[in-house]
Amino acid sequence: MKPGRSTLTILVVGTLVVLAAAPLVGPRWIDPGMLWNGDNPLEARIFWDIRVPRVLVGFLAGMGLAVGGTAYQAMFRNPLASPFTLGLASGASLGAVLAIHLGWNKLLWGTPAVTVCALMGAGVTLVVVYGLTRLRAELSVATMLLAGVAMSFLNTSLILVLQYAVDPVRAFHAFRWMLGGLEGTLGYRDILWLGPVVLAGTFILWVLRRELNLLSLGDEWAAARGVSLRTVKTLILFVSGVMVAAIVAHCGPIGFVCLIAPHISRQLVGPQHTRLVPAAALLGGAFLVISDSVARTVLAPAEIPVGVITAILGGPFFLWLLLTRPLSWEWVP
Amino acid sequence: MAILAVRGLSFAIAGQTILENVTFELDRGEFVSLVGPNGAGKTTLLRCLALVHRNWQGEILWHGRAAKRASQREWARFVAYLPQEERVDIPYTVEDFVLMGRYPHGSPFSPPSPRDIEAVREALELTNTWNFRHRLVRTLSGGERQRVMLAAVLAQQTPVLLLDEATTFLDFRHREEVQHLLEKINTQRQVAILAVTHDINTAALFSRRILALRDGHIVFDGPPATFMQESILQEVFGFRPLLVDHPQACIPVIVPTRSGGEP
Repeated sequence: MKPGRSTLTILVVGTLVVLAAAPLVGPRWIDPGMLWNGDNPLEARIFWDIRVPRVLVGFLAGMGLAVGGTAYQAMFRNPLASPFTLGLASGASLGAVLAIHLGWNKLLWGTPAVTVCALMGAGVTLVVVYGLTRLRAELSVATMLLAGVAMSFLNTSLILVLQYAVDPVRAFHAFRWMLGGLEGTLGYRDILWLGPVVLAGTFILWVLRRELNLLSLGDEWAAARGVSLRTVKTLILFVSGVMVAAIVAHCGPIGFVCLIAPHISRQLVGPQHTRLVPAAALLGGAFLVISDSVARTVLAPAEIPVGVITAILGGPFFLWLLLTRPLSWEWVP
Repeated sequence: MAILAVRGLSFAIAGQTILENVTFELDRGEFVSLVGPNGAGKTTLLRCLALVHRNWQGEILWHGRAAKRASQREWARFVAYLPQEERVDIPYTVEDFVLMGRYPHGSPFSPPSPRDIEAVREALELTNTWNFRHRLVRTLSGGERQRVMLAAVLAQQTPVLLLDEATTFLDFRHREEVQHLLEKINTQRQVAILAVTHDINTAALFSRRILALRDGHIVFDGPPATFMQESILQEVFGFRPLLVDHPQACIPVIVPTRSGGEP
């Protein structure tokens, strides 16, 4: 009896449909039939060079955020925990804002300086959170969460200082970056580094599915079943952290995906991470691709930052879930 | 021969000593009850033995091998620990939950082996929980839940079981059921059991040896018949109990006193 398996199949099919349809949607709608007859080089170029890479990056980003959220929620035993709670998003934002204010718009190693600085900001935050947690004897998730919240406040306050102190045009640029968006994706180069990071991270967290199951029951239970707490928690912290840092550095802090996708996935396939990790990966990816399609279509030719769309869709949806059914952690089928 | 030997075990949290110089041995197939007043360090001792805590001083040896050198997984194939009143909020089914006990025997790249499936089935049947293996753990009653918890540690198939108040919140009938189940596991499988309990009477009737802790020290280690004496109970608990002889076993048991009555 595996009730989750058919649901997972449906999710795979649904995701493939979304992936196939999304590149056709945008300010200029593309008729799939015209792609192949060679009469419309412009349409074909928009499709292959702009839309497809953007949809793929969106999918990878949504996937990584959702899987990172799932892992953190199991480790912290809290359905509201996410890599953002640990200050990764604010760390990345601080790095990006700093780069924008200093006017760094060069390419570093073929990557925009803003992205590199965002990655460093998130990386420093991750290391500081880990270091603060290590100060205590046991690697306690409560300490980790508090350290993350403290770093989050610290980063945010520094961003506020920077935003207040500088040139308004740059401040607006920085503000725009912090809304999150996928319009920075041009061509396939970004996929070359984002793809391996997200796919490897997702795979490692799926390999750790049994440990995630046990950790979600509590440290004592997990340790007594043979989970090496320190190693496994450090691994989860860094694998999810690096994956989310890479995504946020590229796309900006796109909120809610890492809360909503795991939440819905738990309702669909149950709490076992064997199925929960793949379900969240598919759902998170599809959700971000759909949100981005909406973002580039509704006000065309203008674009809405995708972070605004996920927030507009996500906030009320989360409220609706909260009001209509018990918390997923308490969920009874 | 002792399969588990504890020598000079001391443990402190934040400078406060919880256990001091605890020394005892556990033989194969022994049933030992660990008793003592609240705060004596009973749960902490089990946690140290289960390697939930690892920063203790002293020695814990299994078959002469140092526990500190064992990995968490290796240790979990030797010792299974049932924590006290562990809540399962997450909607795992009984079967899923018990299968998690197989973690130290499994690998992340293979599905549960026939041996895992067999161990789970056996644990479920032994604890009489097979019939509701598809129900969610958190929808079970207290008695059912406790049997499922036991099934999960039994599925681990270890030669040593550490139980922390496995029967405390059960009614009379379920307490007896679980107790008989433990006896069965102990005698049929030769599994050594170290059980923390506040139920001194049951401990005296079911176990062959009693260990008493007070303020982190072992203050008694011996047979129940010696333990169930006013003077010793007074020393361990700081309270003079009313003892009457058990009608079936030739051992005294404690009965509650009425206020204002003797003694």
